Amino acid sequence: MSGPRVAAVAVGASAGALESLSVILPELPEDYPLPVLVVVHLPPDRKSLMASLLRERCRIAVKEAEDKERIVGGMVYLAPPDYHLMVEEDRRLSLSSEEPVRYSRPSIDVLFETAAEAYGPGLVGIVLSGANSDGARGLRAICDAGGVGLVQSPDQALASAMPHAALLACPEAAAMSLGEIAKHLLGIVGPS
Amino acid sequence: MLDSTEDIEFRLLLEAILRKYHYDFRGYSTASLKRRLRQARERFGCRSFSTLQDRVLHDPTVFPDLLSYLTVQVSEFFRDPDYFRAIREHVVPYLRTYPSLKIWVAGCSAGEEVYSLAILLREEGLEDRTMIYGTDINPEALRRAEAGVYEMDRIPLFTENHRRSGGKSSLSDYYTAAYGGAVFDKSLRRRAVFSDHSLAADEVFAEVQLVSCRNVLIYFDRELQDRAVGLFKDSLSRKGFLGIGGKESLHFSLHAEAFEEFVRDERIYQKRGDR
Ligand SMILES: C[S@@+](CC[C@H](N)C(=O)[O-])C[C@H]1O[C@@H](n2cnc3c(N)ncnc32)[C@H](O)[C@@H]1O
Repeated sequence: MSGPRVAAVAVGASAGALESLSVILPELPEDYPLPVLVVVHLPPDRKSLMASLLRERCRIAVKEAEDKERIVGGMVYLAPPDYHLMVEEDRRLSLSSEEPVRYSRPSIDVLFETAAEAYGPGLVGIVLSGANSDGARGLRAICDAGGVGLVQSPDQALASAMPHAALLACPEAAAMSLGEIAKHLLGIVGPS
Repeated sequence: MLDSTEDIEFRLLLEAILRKYHYDFRGYSTASLKRRLRQARERFGCRSFSTLQDRVLHDPTVFPDLLSYLTVQVSEFFRDPDYFRAIREHVVPYLRTYPSLKIWVAGCSAGEEVYSLAILLREEGLEDRTMIYGTDINPEALRRAEAGVYEMDRIPLFTENHRRSGGKSSLSDYYTAAYGGAVFDKSLRRRAVFSDHSLAADEVFAEVQLVSCRNVLIYFDRELQDRAVGLFKDSLSRKGFLGIGGKESLHFSLHAEAFEEFVRDERIYQKRGDR
């Protein structure tokens, strides 16, 4: 394995999120060593089914992120509807109800930018299907901090605008199929 | 690992604000605070936090503006209607048993939550025996709370929230349209006091039966959360109630043991009788 050790994975998805996540996340084993932080754009009602839908399909544990909880490996953390999800320097999670960023709360950019600061080169950022441009700035920040950017190939995404915008902002990011992204996530942790 | 230059400047800026203006932001969640200070830095056209620090120390007109970046002012009347419904259905029956009542709304922003509770208490016939203390650190927010005037275009949302909270009257009974806004009835303020109080620096000021502190703790780090919840614990009378925000919890709190869950989904806790 080359490059710095990966410490976390951050994922952003919007229109088509459930379809994309349902291909990638079930590939991860129960003892996957990294935390996976996920922002999905959802309608702002308080009870979202996303966590329970994904939980049914995954071996890795899935939960809705709680404020100030310590981030641990082997866990998928979902941003709750209507709250921004951020990573603190001490690698705890924070929630915030400050204003939407470019019409989104949770905002993928906010997660990615704060995670890039906390994890630097130890972060993999992934932009999946979506019909807006959230995540592009955030992926730029991840790559600027030395992290790795992956983008769902626009021609394979249900909504291609978000992957397009991410690749435009971050040309060094790799465009991949969902299967390749899953394989990459398994590859970076190597055989244990 | 060495701190980045920006981190050093960020800490120094918070220190400068504390020494010059006595506002202590050192215990706030860094990720969110830093984001907002970066926005302020851009807005004031400063190259770095050091430049912003220079401005804030030497130009007294800058700090009041900066405070609007340092604090998050998002609020609504009857925000999260289910919370207010739970207060009405589950907490009010207990409150009825007290001959006189005190309620503390900590981090009241521009008063939306205080007026919501005042309306709820009037509907439940408890208004006359209650005092509501609304506290915040943002003087502009407190001034707006005192005025009780809200933009007309927010009223449909407030009305819908009130209805969904189980409101027994119509929100329009409580305001008149004037000055391009909705002016809330002064009588709602008869039993309310708005004042400056910081959960980061000040002490307990009254014994209360209900503390409502919503969407404030998420902006604090764990130690500061512990300080704030400690104040609530000390302020609450035996078996008093604490309501916090929908995504906040006492789960990781130093004082978790002092409370029990009362309405779990709405994050309403009751102080144990033996604490
Ligand atoms: C997001 S608003 C919450 C308003 C309302 N409670 C609600 O839930 O809609 C947060 C408020 O906390 C206030 N605040 C921030 N730090 C504080 C402190 N140390 N002590 C008291 N209030 C504080 C801010 O000025 C702001 O008005």
